[in-house]
Amino acid sequence: MTALADALTLSGRQLLRLRRYPSLTVTLIALPLVLLLVFTFVFGGTLGAGISGVDIGGDGRAAYLDYILPGLLLLALASAAQGTAITVAMDQTGGIITRLRTMGTPRPSILSAHVVAGLVQSLACAVPVALVAVALGWRPDAGIAGWLAVLGLVLAIGTALTWVTVAMGAAAPTVEAASNTPMILTLLPLLSSGFVPTESFPVGLRWFADHQPATPMVEALRAALAGDPGGTATVEALAWCVGLSLLGLVWARRAFDAAGRRP
Amino acid sequence: MNAIHAEGLRLSYGNHLVLDGLDLAVPTGTVTALLGPNGAGKTSTVHLLTTLRRPDAGTARVAGHDVLADPAAVRRAIGVTGQFSAVDELLTGAENLRLMTRLHHLARAEAARTVTDLLDRMDLVEAADRTVATWSGGMRRKLDLAMTLVGRPRVIFLDEPTTGLDPRSRREVWAIVADHVADGTTVLLTTQYLEEADRLADQVVVLHEGRVAATGTPAQLKASVPGGRVRLRFASPEVAADGAARLPDATLDRDAMTVEVPHDGGVAALRHLLDTLDQAALTPEDLTVHTADLDDVFLTLTAGTTPDAGTTATGGPR
Repeated sequence: MTALADALTLSGRQLLRLRRYPSLTVTLIALPLVLLLVFTFVFGGTLGAGISGVDIGGDGRAAYLDYILPGLLLLALASAAQGTAITVAMDQTGGIITRLRTMGTPRPSILSAHVVAGLVQSLACAVPVALVAVALGWRPDAGIAGWLAVLGLVLAIGTALTWVTVAMGAAAPTVEAASNTPMILTLLPLLSSGFVPTESFPVGLRWFADHQPATPMVEALRAALAGDPGGTATVEALAWCVGLSLLGLVWARRAFDAAGRRP
Repeated sequence: MNAIHAEGLRLSYGNHLVLDGLDLAVPTGTVTALLGPNGAGKTSTVHLLTTLRRPDAGTARVAGHDVLADPAAVRRAIGVTGQFSAVDELLTGAENLRLMTRLHHLARAEAARTVTDLLDRMDLVEAADRTVATWSGGMRRKLDLAMTLVGRPRVIFLDEPTTGLDPRSRREVWAIVADHVADGTTVLLTTQYLEEADRLADQVVVLHEGRVAATGTPAQLKASVPGGRVRLRFASPEVAADGAARLPDATLDRDAMTVEVPHDGGVAALRHLLDTLDQAALTPEDLTVHTADLDDVFLTLTAGTTPDAGTTATGGPR
Protein backbone atom coordinates (compact mmCIF):
# COMPACT_ATOMS: atom_id res chain seq x y z
CA MET A 1 0.00 0.00 0.00
CA THR A 2 2.75 2.44 0.91
CA ALA A 3 4.47 1.59 -2.38
CA LEU A 4 1.35 2.69 -4.24
CA ALA A 5 1.04 5.86 -2.13
CA ASP A 6 4.71 6.63 -2.82
CA ALA A 7 4.20 6.05 -6.55
CA LEU A 8 1.31 8.54 -6.54
CA THR A 9 3.32 11.08 -4.52
CA LEU A 10 6.28 10.80 -6.88
CA SER A 11 4.04 10.91 -9.96
CA GLY A 12 2.65 14.18 -8.62
CA ARG A 13 6.18 15.46 -8.27
CA GLN A 14 7.08 14.51 -11.85
CA LEU A 15 3.95 16.18 -13.24
CA LEU A 16 4.74 19.33 -11.28
CA ARG A 17 8.24 19.24 -12.76
CA LEU A 18 6.80 19.00 -16.28
CA ARG A 19 4.65 22.05 -15.58
CA ARG A 20 7.61 24.00 -14.19
CA TYR A 21 9.85 23.06 -17.11
CA PRO A 22 7.60 23.70 -20.13
CA SER A 23 10.53 24.40 -22.46
CA LEU A 24 11.33 20.67 -22.43
CA THR A 25 7.81 19.80 -23.63
CA VAL A 26 7.97 22.56 -26.25
CA THR A 27 11.25 21.16 -27.59
CA LEU A 28 9.81 17.65 -27.75
CA ILE A 29 6.60 18.77 -29.45
CA ALA A 30 8.44 20.86 -32.03
CA LEU A 31 9.93 17.94 -34.00
CA PRO A 32 6.68 16.17 -34.94
CA LEU A 33 4.89 19.49 -35.56
CA VAL A 34 7.62 20.78 -37.88
CA LEU A 35 7.69 17.48 -39.73
CA LEU A 36 3.90 17.59 -40.02
CA LEU A 37 4.09 21.00 -41.71
CA VAL A 38 7.09 20.12 -43.89
CA PHE A 39 5.66 16.82 -45.07
CA THR A 40 2.26 18.33 -45.78
CA PHE A 41 3.21 21.54 -47.52
CA VAL A 42 6.65 20.83 -48.97
CA PHE A 43 6.47 17.16 -49.96
CA GLY A 44 2.73 16.56 -49.72
CA GLY A 45 1.67 17.54 -53.25
CA THR A 46 4.19 15.35 -55.04
CA LEU A 47 4.32 12.43 -52.61
CA GLY A 48 0.56 12.26 -52.29
CA ALA A 49 0.18 12.03 -56.03
CA GLY A 50 3.01 9.53 -56.34
CA ILE A 51 2.11 6.97 -53.69
CA SER A 52 0.54 3.94 -55.27
CA GLY A 53 -2.20 2.20 -53.35
CA VAL A 54 -3.39 5.39 -51.75
CA ASP A 55 -6.76 6.47 -52.88
CA ILE A 56 -6.21 10.06 -53.84
CA GLY A 57 -9.54 11.73 -53.48
CA GLY A 58 -8.78 14.63 -55.76
CA ASP A 59 -6.16 16.37 -53.59
CA GLY A 60 -2.76 14.72 -53.20
CA ARG A 61 -1.80 16.93 -50.30
CA ALA A 62 -4.85 15.99 -48.22
CA ALA A 63 -4.42 12.31 -49.05
CA TYR A 64 -0.78 12.40 -48.01
CA LEU A 65 -1.65 14.10 -44.72
CA ASP A 66 -4.06 11.26 -44.11
CA TYR A 67 -1.35 8.73 -44.97
CA ILE A 68 1.43 10.10 -42.72
CA LEU A 69 -0.57 11.02 -39.63
CA PRO A 70 -0.15 7.60 -37.93
CA GLY A 71 3.60 7.89 -38.50
CA LEU A 72 3.64 11.43 -37.10
CA LEU A 73 1.70 10.30 -34.01
CA LEU A 74 4.29 7.58 -33.45
CA LEU A 75 7.06 10.12 -33.96
CA ALA A 76 5.42 12.38 -31.36
CA LEU A 77 5.36 9.48 -28.89
CA ALA A 78 9.03 8.69 -29.56
CA SER A 79 9.91 12.36 -29.12
CA ALA A 80 8.04 12.48 -25.79
CA ALA A 81 9.88 9.35 -24.66
CA GLN A 82 13.16 11.14 -25.29
CA GLY A 83 12.04 13.67 -22.67
CA THR A 84 11.51 10.84 -20.19
CA ALA A 85 15.10 9.71 -20.61
CA ILE A 86 16.24 13.26 -19.88
CA THR A 87 14.11 13.66 -16.74
CA VAL A 88 15.18 10.25 -15.43
CA ALA A 89 18.84 11.10 -15.97
CA MET A 90 18.39 14.49 -14.28
CA ASP A 91 17.05 12.66 -11.23
CA GLN A 92 19.71 9.96 -11.28
CA THR A 93 22.65 12.33 -11.56
CA GLY A 94 21.28 14.72 -8.90
CA GLY A 95 21.12 13.89 -5.22
CA ILE A 96 17.39 13.26 -4.99
CA ILE A 97 17.51 9.56 -5.93
CA THR A 98 20.22 9.00 -3.33
CA ARG A 99 17.92 10.59 -0.78
CA LEU A 100 15.03 8.33 -1.81
CA ARG A 101 17.30 5.29 -1.57
CA THR A 102 18.31 6.14 2.00
CA MET A 103 14.65 6.73 2.89
CA GLY A 104 13.73 3.25 1.73
CA THR A 105 11.29 4.54 -0.91
CA PRO A 106 10.49 1.45 -3.04
CA ARG A 107 12.21 1.23 -6.40
CA PRO A 108 8.96 0.33 -8.25
CA SER A 109 7.39 3.55 -6.92
CA ILE A 110 10.28 5.64 -8.24
CA LEU A 111 10.31 3.98 -11.67
CA SER A 112 6.55 3.85 -12.19
CA ALA A 113 6.25 7.56 -11.33
CA HIS A 114 8.52 8.25 -14.29
CA VAL A 115 6.30 6.10 -16.50
CA VAL A 116 3.11 7.91 -15.39
CA ALA A 117 4.72 11.28 -16.14
CA GLY A 118 6.05 9.90 -19.43
CA LEU A 119 2.54 8.87 -20.48
CA VAL A 120 1.18 12.33 -19.72
CA GLN A 121 4.05 13.78 -21.72
CA SER A 122 3.23 11.37 -24.58
CA LEU A 123 -0.36 12.63 -24.72
CA ALA A 124 0.87 16.21 -24.47
CA CYS A 125 2.93 15.59 -27.62
CA ALA A 126 0.47 13.46 -29.59
CA VAL A 127 -2.69 15.53 -29.07
CA PRO A 128 -1.31 18.79 -30.56
CA VAL A 129 -0.16 16.88 -33.66
CA ALA A 130 -3.70 15.61 -34.18
CA LEU A 131 -5.22 19.04 -33.50
CA VAL A 132 -2.94 20.83 -35.96
CA ALA A 133 -3.70 18.16 -38.53
CA VAL A 134 -7.42 18.77 -38.05
CA ALA A 135 -6.80 22.47 -38.54
CA LEU A 136 -5.06 21.59 -41.81
CA GLY A 137 -8.13 19.72 -42.96
CA TRP A 138 -7.51 16.20 -41.67
CA ARG A 139 -10.85 14.40 -41.21
CA PRO A 140 -10.29 10.76 -40.28
CA ASP A 141 -13.25 8.43 -40.63
CA ALA A 142 -12.56 6.50 -37.41
CA GLY A 143 -15.87 6.33 -35.55
CA ILE A 144 -16.16 5.82 -31.78
CA ALA A 145 -14.61 2.34 -31.78
CA GLY A 146 -11.78 3.55 -33.99
CA TRP A 147 -10.97 6.51 -31.76
CA LEU A 148 -11.03 4.31 -28.64
CA ALA A 149 -8.64 1.95 -30.40
CA VAL A 150 -6.38 4.90 -31.28
CA LEU A 151 -6.34 6.03 -27.64
CA GLY A 152 -5.60 2.49 -26.48
CA LEU A 153 -2.78 2.12 -28.99
CA VAL A 154 -1.29 5.51 -28.09
CA LEU A 155 -1.28 4.55 -24.39
CA ALA A 156 0.17 1.08 -25.09
CA ILE A 157 2.88 2.44 -27.39
CA GLY A 158 3.57 5.32 -25.01
CA THR A 159 3.98 2.89 -22.11
CA ALA A 160 6.36 0.69 -24.07
CA LEU A 161 8.52 3.58 -25.32
CA THR A 162 8.51 5.20 -21.87
CA TRP A 163 9.71 2.05 -20.09
CA VAL A 164 12.53 1.73 -22.63
CA THR A 165 13.56 5.37 -22.16
CA VAL A 166 13.31 5.14 -18.35
CA ALA A 167 15.91 2.41 -18.69
CA MET A 168 18.01 4.51 -21.10
CA GLY A 169 17.87 7.44 -18.70
CA ALA A 170 18.80 5.32 -15.69
CA ALA A 171 21.68 3.71 -17.60
CA ALA A 172 23.07 7.00 -18.91
CA PRO A 173 26.08 8.38 -17.05
CA THR A 174 25.14 11.99 -17.88
CA VAL A 175 22.06 13.97 -18.89
CA GLU A 176 23.65 14.66 -22.31
CA ALA A 177 24.05 10.94 -22.99
CA ALA A 178 20.45 10.39 -21.94
CA SER A 179 19.20 12.90 -24.49
CA ASN A 180 21.19 11.27 -27.31
CA THR A 181 20.48 7.54 -26.88
CA PRO A 182 16.70 7.71 -27.51
CA MET A 183 17.29 9.49 -30.83
CA ILE A 184 17.16 6.04 -32.43
CA LEU A 185 13.52 5.79 -31.35
CA THR A 186 12.62 8.90 -33.37
CA LEU A 187 14.39 7.42 -36.41
CA LEU A 188 12.35 4.20 -36.39
CA PRO A 189 9.07 5.82 -37.59
CA LEU A 190 10.94 7.39 -40.52
CA LEU A 191 12.27 3.96 -41.51
CA SER A 192 8.81 2.37 -41.40
CA SER A 193 5.69 2.44 -43.53
CA GLY A 194 4.84 5.75 -41.87
CA PHE A 195 5.75 8.14 -44.66
CA VAL A 196 6.06 6.08 -47.84
CA PRO A 197 5.11 2.45 -48.49
CA THR A 198 7.99 0.08 -47.67
CA GLU A 199 7.70 -1.40 -51.19
CA SER A 200 9.58 1.65 -52.42
CA PHE A 201 12.60 0.99 -50.11
CA PRO A 202 15.81 -0.75 -51.24
CA VAL A 203 15.78 -4.47 -50.38
CA GLY A 204 17.80 -4.45 -47.13
CA LEU A 205 16.01 -1.43 -45.71
CA ARG A 206 12.68 -2.90 -46.71
CA TRP A 207 13.40 -6.10 -44.79
CA PHE A 208 14.32 -3.97 -41.74
CA ALA A 209 11.22 -1.79 -42.10
CA ASP A 210 8.93 -4.80 -42.33
CA HIS A 211 10.38 -6.38 -39.18
CA GLN A 212 10.86 -3.43 -36.85
CA PRO A 213 8.15 -2.41 -34.34
CA ALA A 214 7.31 0.98 -35.87
CA THR A 215 5.73 -0.57 -39.00
CA PRO A 216 3.03 -2.65 -37.22
CA MET A 217 2.46 0.26 -34.83
CA VAL A 218 1.89 2.64 -37.75
CA GLU A 219 -0.31 0.12 -39.56
CA ALA A 220 -2.37 -0.50 -36.40
CA LEU A 221 -2.90 3.24 -35.91
CA ARG A 222 -3.74 3.62 -39.60
CA ALA A 223 -6.33 0.84 -39.41
CA ALA A 224 -7.88 2.31 -36.25
CA LEU A 225 -8.05 5.78 -37.80
CA ALA A 226 -9.77 4.25 -40.82
CA GLY A 227 -12.39 2.83 -38.42
CA ASP A 228 -11.16 -0.72 -38.89
CA PRO A 229 -9.13 -1.74 -35.78
CA GLY A 230 -8.38 -5.31 -34.76
CA GLY A 231 -6.38 -6.63 -37.70
CA THR A 232 -3.10 -8.57 -37.55
CA ALA A 233 -1.13 -5.31 -37.43
CA THR A 234 -2.91 -4.41 -34.18
CA VAL A 235 -2.08 -7.78 -32.63
CA GLU A 236 1.51 -7.50 -33.79
CA ALA A 237 1.78 -3.91 -32.49
CA LEU A 238 0.38 -4.85 -29.08
CA ALA A 239 2.77 -7.81 -28.88
CA TRP A 240 5.66 -5.43 -29.56
CA CYS A 241 4.32 -3.08 -26.84
CA VAL A 242 4.19 -5.86 -24.25
CA GLY A 243 7.65 -7.08 -25.25
CA LEU A 244 9.23 -3.62 -25.21
CA SER A 245 7.56 -2.75 -21.88
CA LEU A 246 8.93 -5.89 -20.24
CA LEU A 247 12.37 -5.36 -21.74
CA GLY A 248 12.36 -1.73 -20.56
CA LEU A 249 11.15 -2.69 -17.09
CA VAL A 250 13.83 -5.34 -16.55
CA TRP A 251 16.54 -3.10 -18.02
CA ALA A 252 15.37 -0.11 -15.96
CA ARG A 253 15.53 -2.09 -12.69
CA ARG A 254 19.03 -3.31 -13.48
CA ALA A 255 20.22 0.13 -14.57
CA PHE A 256 18.71 1.74 -11.45
CA ASP A 257 20.52 -0.71 -9.17
CA ALA A 258 23.75 -0.45 -11.15
CA ALA A 259 23.64 3.35 -10.88
CA GLY A 260 23.60 2.95 -7.08
CA ARG A 261 26.79 0.91 -7.22
CA ARG A 262 28.81 3.45 -9.21
CA PRO A 263 31.70 4.86 -7.16
CA MET B 1 25.06 2.52 24.03
CA ASN B 2 26.41 3.22 20.58
CA ALA B 3 24.09 4.57 17.90
CA ILE B 4 26.67 3.57 15.31
CA HIS B 5 28.98 0.63 15.72
CA ALA B 6 31.15 -0.64 12.89
CA GLU B 7 33.90 -3.25 12.85
CA GLY B 8 36.41 -4.09 10.15
CA LEU B 9 34.63 -2.37 7.26
CA ARG B 10 36.37 -3.05 3.99
CA LEU B 11 35.48 -1.76 0.56
CA SER B 12 37.22 -1.58 -2.77
CA TYR B 13 36.29 -0.36 -6.22
CA GLY B 14 38.04 -2.76 -8.54
CA ASN B 15 41.69 -2.76 -7.52
CA HIS B 16 41.38 0.44 -5.56
CA LEU B 17 41.11 -0.19 -1.82
CA VAL B 18 38.92 2.51 -0.27
CA LEU B 19 38.29 1.22 3.27
CA ASP B 20 40.85 -1.02 4.87
CA GLY B 21 39.27 -2.43 8.05
CA LEU B 22 37.53 0.59 9.53
CA ASP B 23 36.26 0.49 13.14
CA LEU B 24 33.92 3.14 14.42
CA ALA B 25 31.81 3.70 17.54
CA VAL B 26 29.52 6.69 17.96
CA PRO B 27 27.75 6.95 21.34
CA THR B 28 24.06 7.85 21.22
CA GLY B 29 23.35 11.57 21.39
CA THR B 30 26.84 12.69 20.42
CA VAL B 31 28.49 14.21 17.36
CA THR B 32 31.37 12.46 15.66
CA ALA B 33 33.32 14.08 12.87
CA LEU B 34 35.10 12.00 10.25
CA LEU B 35 38.04 14.10 9.26
CA GLY B 36 40.30 13.39 6.33
CA PRO B 37 41.54 14.50 2.95
CA ASN B 38 39.69 13.69 -0.29
CA GLY B 39 39.92 9.97 -0.93
CA ALA B 40 40.45 9.04 2.72
CA GLY B 41 37.18 7.05 2.71
CA LYS B 42 34.81 9.46 4.45
CA THR B 43 31.98 9.34 1.93
CA SER B 44 32.39 5.58 1.44
CA THR B 45 31.98 5.10 5.18
CA VAL B 46 28.74 7.12 5.07
CA HIS B 47 27.53 5.08 2.08
CA LEU B 48 28.09 1.79 3.92
CA LEU B 49 26.42 2.98 7.13
CA THR B 50 23.41 4.40 5.27
CA THR B 51 22.85 1.14 3.31
CA LEU B 52 23.62 2.77 -0.04
CA ARG B 53 26.39 0.26 -0.55
CA ARG B 54 27.35 -3.12 0.91
CA PRO B 55 30.80 -3.60 2.43
CA ASP B 56 33.12 -6.29 1.05
CA ALA B 57 33.76 -7.34 4.66
CA GLY B 58 32.97 -6.21 8.18
CA THR B 59 29.80 -5.51 10.14
CA ALA B 60 27.93 -2.39 11.14
CA ARG B 61 24.92 -1.61 13.31
CA VAL B 62 23.09 1.70 13.11
CA ALA B 63 20.39 2.59 15.67
CA GLY B 64 20.55 -1.04 16.81
CA HIS B 65 19.93 -2.56 13.37
CA ASP B 66 22.38 -4.47 11.24
CA VAL B 67 23.00 -2.66 7.94
CA LEU B 68 23.33 -5.94 6.05
CA ALA B 69 20.64 -8.03 7.74
CA ASP B 70 17.97 -5.36 8.16
CA PRO B 71 18.66 -2.37 5.90
CA ALA B 72 14.97 -1.39 5.88
CA ALA B 73 14.99 -0.84 9.66
CA VAL B 74 18.19 1.21 9.36
CA ARG B 75 16.59 3.40 6.67
CA ARG B 76 13.61 4.08 8.93
CA ALA B 77 15.89 5.33 11.70
CA ILE B 78 18.29 7.53 9.75
CA GLY B 79 18.37 10.82 7.89
CA VAL B 80 21.05 11.55 5.31
CA THR B 81 22.25 14.79 3.79
CA GLY B 82 24.59 13.76 1.03
CA GLN B 83 27.48 15.59 -0.48
CA PHE B 84 25.40 16.56 -3.52
CA SER B 85 22.34 18.69 -3.12
CA ALA B 86 19.23 16.50 -2.86
CA VAL B 87 16.61 19.19 -3.28
CA ASP B 88 14.30 19.46 -6.28
CA GLU B 89 15.15 22.74 -7.97
CA LEU B 90 11.90 22.91 -9.91
CA LEU B 91 9.82 22.73 -6.75
CA THR B 92 9.39 25.44 -4.15
CA GLY B 93 10.93 25.06 -0.70
CA ALA B 94 7.56 24.23 0.84
CA GLU B 95 6.80 21.72 -1.92
CA ASN B 96 10.11 19.97 -1.31
CA LEU B 97 9.29 19.61 2.38
CA ARG B 98 5.72 18.47 1.65
CA LEU B 99 7.15 15.83 -0.69
CA MET B 100 9.19 14.52 2.24
CA THR B 101 6.22 14.49 4.65
CA ARG B 102 4.25 12.42 2.10
CA LEU B 103 7.07 9.96 1.54
CA HIS B 104 7.34 9.60 5.33
CA HIS B 105 3.56 9.04 5.40
CA LEU B 106 2.90 11.69 8.04
CA ALA B 107 -0.72 12.46 8.87
CA ARG B 108 -2.05 15.62 7.24
CA ALA B 109 -2.04 17.82 10.35
CA GLU B 110 1.36 16.64 11.50
CA ALA B 111 2.75 17.15 7.99
CA ALA B 112 1.54 20.74 7.85
CA ARG B 113 2.95 21.42 11.31
CA THR B 114 6.32 19.87 10.41
CA VAL B 115 6.65 21.96 7.24
CA THR B 116 5.80 25.23 9.00
CA ASP B 117 8.07 24.40 11.92
CA LEU B 118 11.09 23.48 9.77
CA LEU B 119 10.74 26.50 7.48
CA ASP B 120 10.60 28.66 10.57
CA ARG B 121 13.60 27.05 12.24
CA MET B 122 15.71 27.27 9.09
CA ASP B 123 14.70 30.90 8.57
CA LEU B 124 13.31 30.06 5.13
CA VAL B 125 9.73 31.26 5.57
CA GLU B 126 10.08 34.19 3.18
CA ALA B 127 11.51 32.12 0.33
CA ALA B 128 9.25 29.13 0.95
CA ASP B 129 6.99 29.64 -2.07
CA ARG B 130 9.72 30.41 -4.59
CA THR B 131 11.21 27.63 -6.71
CA VAL B 132 14.52 26.47 -5.29
CA ALA B 133 16.30 27.26 -8.57
CA THR B 134 16.24 30.92 -7.48
CA TRP B 135 17.76 30.22 -4.04
CA SER B 136 21.34 30.76 -2.86
CA GLY B 137 23.66 27.85 -2.03
CA GLY B 138 23.31 28.43 1.70
CA MET B 139 19.52 28.41 1.54
CA ARG B 140 19.53 25.20 -0.51
CA ARG B 141 21.80 23.54 2.01
CA LYS B 142 19.49 24.50 4.85
CA LEU B 143 16.52 23.12 2.91
CA ASP B 144 18.49 19.94 2.26
CA LEU B 145 19.06 19.65 5.99
CA ALA B 146 15.40 20.40 6.74
CA MET B 147 14.31 17.64 4.33
CA THR B 148 16.57 15.23 6.20
CA LEU B 149 14.94 16.19 9.50
CA VAL B 150 11.33 15.64 8.34
CA GLY B 151 11.24 12.00 9.42
CA ARG B 152 12.62 12.83 12.90
CA PRO B 153 15.65 10.57 12.38
CA ARG B 154 17.45 9.24 15.44
CA VAL B 155 20.77 9.14 13.61
CA ILE B 156 21.77 11.83 11.11
CA PHE B 157 24.54 11.55 8.53
CA LEU B 158 25.92 14.76 7.07
CA ASP B 159 28.44 14.38 4.28
CA GLU B 160 30.45 17.60 4.06
CA PRO B 161 27.47 19.71 5.15
CA THR B 162 29.13 23.09 4.72
CA THR B 163 31.45 22.57 1.77
CA GLY B 164 31.13 25.52 -0.59
CA LEU B 165 29.14 27.67 1.83
CA ASP B 166 29.99 31.21 2.83
CA PRO B 167 31.06 31.72 6.47
CA ARG B 168 27.67 33.02 7.56
CA SER B 169 25.70 30.11 6.09
CA ARG B 170 28.25 27.76 7.60
CA ARG B 171 27.56 29.17 11.04
CA GLU B 172 23.82 28.82 10.51
CA VAL B 173 24.19 25.16 9.56
CA TRP B 174 26.36 24.57 12.63
CA ALA B 175 23.74 26.15 14.87
CA ILE B 176 21.02 23.92 13.42
CA VAL B 177 23.10 20.78 13.93
CA ALA B 178 24.04 21.77 17.49
CA ASP B 179 20.38 22.47 18.19
CA HIS B 180 19.45 18.98 17.09
CA VAL B 181 22.09 17.24 19.11
CA ALA B 182 20.71 19.00 22.17
CA ASP B 183 17.50 17.06 21.47
CA GLY B 184 19.35 13.74 21.72
CA THR B 185 19.97 13.01 18.05
CA THR B 186 23.20 11.28 17.08
CA VAL B 187 25.21 12.89 14.28
CA LEU B 188 27.99 11.54 12.11
CA LEU B 189 29.44 14.21 9.87
CA THR B 190 32.33 14.23 7.46
CA THR B 191 34.38 17.32 6.91
CA GLN B 192 37.60 18.66 5.52
CA TYR B 193 37.33 21.68 7.78
CA LEU B 194 39.14 21.34 11.05
CA GLU B 195 37.29 24.30 12.47
CA GLU B 196 34.02 22.52 11.81
CA ALA B 197 35.14 19.38 13.64
CA ASP B 198 36.46 21.52 16.49
CA ARG B 199 33.20 23.43 16.76
CA LEU B 200 30.69 20.60 16.50
CA ALA B 201 32.22 17.30 17.40
CA ASP B 202 32.42 15.47 20.72
CA GLN B 203 34.66 12.96 19.03
CA VAL B 204 36.93 13.32 16.03
CA VAL B 205 37.98 10.33 13.95
CA VAL B 206 40.85 11.08 11.60
CA LEU B 207 40.75 8.91 8.49
CA HIS B 208 43.78 8.33 6.37
CA GLU B 209 43.92 5.95 3.40
CA GLY B 210 40.87 4.00 4.49
CA ARG B 211 41.95 3.49 8.08
CA VAL B 212 41.43 5.27 11.38
CA ALA B 213 44.60 7.26 12.05
CA ALA B 214 43.45 8.65 15.40
CA THR B 215 40.36 9.01 17.59
CA GLY B 216 39.66 11.37 20.45
CA THR B 217 38.06 14.59 21.57
CA PRO B 218 39.38 17.67 19.79
CA ALA B 219 41.28 18.57 23.00
CA GLN B 220 42.85 15.12 23.32
CA LEU B 221 43.97 15.13 19.73
CA LYS B 222 45.49 18.58 20.04
CA ALA B 223 47.35 17.50 23.18
CA SER B 224 48.69 14.43 21.41
CA VAL B 225 50.80 16.27 18.91
CA PRO B 226 53.61 18.73 19.30
CA GLY B 227 52.56 22.00 17.84
CA GLY B 228 52.29 24.63 20.59
CA ARG B 229 55.19 27.07 20.60
CA VAL B 230 56.17 30.64 21.33
CA ARG B 231 58.14 32.53 18.77
CA LEU B 232 60.27 35.48 19.92
CA ARG B 233 61.96 37.97 17.63
CA PHE B 234 64.90 39.99 18.93
CA ALA B 235 66.66 43.14 17.78
CA SER B 236 69.88 41.41 16.72
CA PRO B 237 71.30 37.89 16.17
CA GLU B 238 73.49 38.31 19.28
CA VAL B 239 70.56 39.12 21.56
CA ALA B 240 68.61 36.25 20.05
CA ALA B 241 71.50 33.85 20.80
CA ASP B 242 71.67 35.14 24.36
CA GLY B 243 67.93 34.55 24.79
CA ALA B 244 68.13 31.06 23.31
CA ALA B 245 70.86 30.14 25.77
CA ARG B 246 68.65 31.03 28.74
CA LEU B 247 65.51 29.21 27.61
CA PRO B 248 65.14 25.38 27.78
CA ASP B 249 64.59 23.50 24.48
CA ALA B 250 64.91 26.72 22.50
CA THR B 251 65.59 26.69 18.76
CA LEU B 252 67.61 29.60 17.45
CA ASP B 253 67.35 31.02 13.96
CA ARG B 254 70.27 33.43 13.80
CA ASP B 255 69.44 34.95 10.40
CA ALA B 256 65.83 35.65 11.33
CA MET B 257 66.86 36.76 14.84
CA THR B 258 64.16 34.49 16.27
CA VAL B 259 63.91 31.89 19.00
CA GLU B 260 61.20 29.22 19.18
CA VAL B 261 60.27 27.56 22.45
CA PRO B 262 57.80 24.67 22.94
CA HIS B 263 54.76 25.86 24.77
CA ASP B 264 51.61 24.26 26.21
CA GLY B 265 49.41 27.28 25.61
CA GLY B 266 49.07 28.15 29.32
CA VAL B 267 49.34 31.66 30.72
CA ALA B 268 51.55 30.63 33.65
CA ALA B 269 54.19 29.14 31.37
CA LEU B 270 54.14 32.27 29.26
CA ARG B 271 54.58 34.49 32.31
CA HIS B 272 57.51 32.34 33.48
CA LEU B 273 59.13 32.65 30.07
CA LEU B 274 58.84 36.43 30.04
CA ASP B 275 60.13 36.62 33.64
CA THR B 276 63.20 34.62 32.65
CA LEU B 277 63.94 37.06 29.83
CA ASP B 278 63.20 40.03 32.06
CA GLN B 279 65.75 38.94 34.67
CA ALA B 280 68.41 38.87 31.94
CA ALA B 281 67.22 42.30 30.77
CA LEU B 282 66.31 40.89 27.37
CA THR B 283 63.25 42.34 25.66
CA PRO B 284 61.88 40.67 22.56
CA GLU B 285 60.75 42.96 19.74
CA ASP B 286 57.86 40.72 18.92
CA LEU B 287 56.11 37.68 20.37
CA THR B 288 53.65 35.25 18.81
CA VAL B 289 51.96 32.29 20.47
CA HIS B 290 51.00 29.33 18.32
CA THR B 291 48.75 26.78 20.03
CA ALA B 292 48.30 23.31 18.58
CA ASP B 293 45.14 23.10 16.48
CA LEU B 294 43.56 20.30 14.53
CA ASP B 295 45.62 21.37 11.53
CA ASP B 296 48.72 20.21 13.39
CA VAL B 297 46.97 16.99 14.36
CA PHE B 298 45.90 16.42 10.84
CA LEU B 299 49.24 17.14 9.23
CA THR B 300 51.10 15.08 11.80
CA LEU B 301 48.82 12.07 11.51
CA THR B 302 48.55 12.05 7.76
CA ALA B 303 52.20 12.82 7.05
CA GLY B 304 53.47 9.44 8.21
CA THR B 305 56.60 11.21 9.34
CA THR B 306 57.60 13.66 12.06
CA PRO B 307 55.77 16.98 12.14
CA ASP B 308 58.97 18.82 11.18
CA ALA B 309 58.94 16.97 7.89
CA GLY B 310 55.32 17.90 7.34
CA THR B 311 56.04 19.15 3.85
CA THR B 312 56.47 15.56 2.70
CA ALA B 313 52.88 14.74 3.64
CA THR B 314 51.05 12.72 1.02
CA GLY B 315 47.67 14.18 0.19
CA GLY B 316 47.43 17.31 2.31
CA PRO B 317 44.19 18.57 3.80
CA ARG B 318 43.33 20.91 0.99
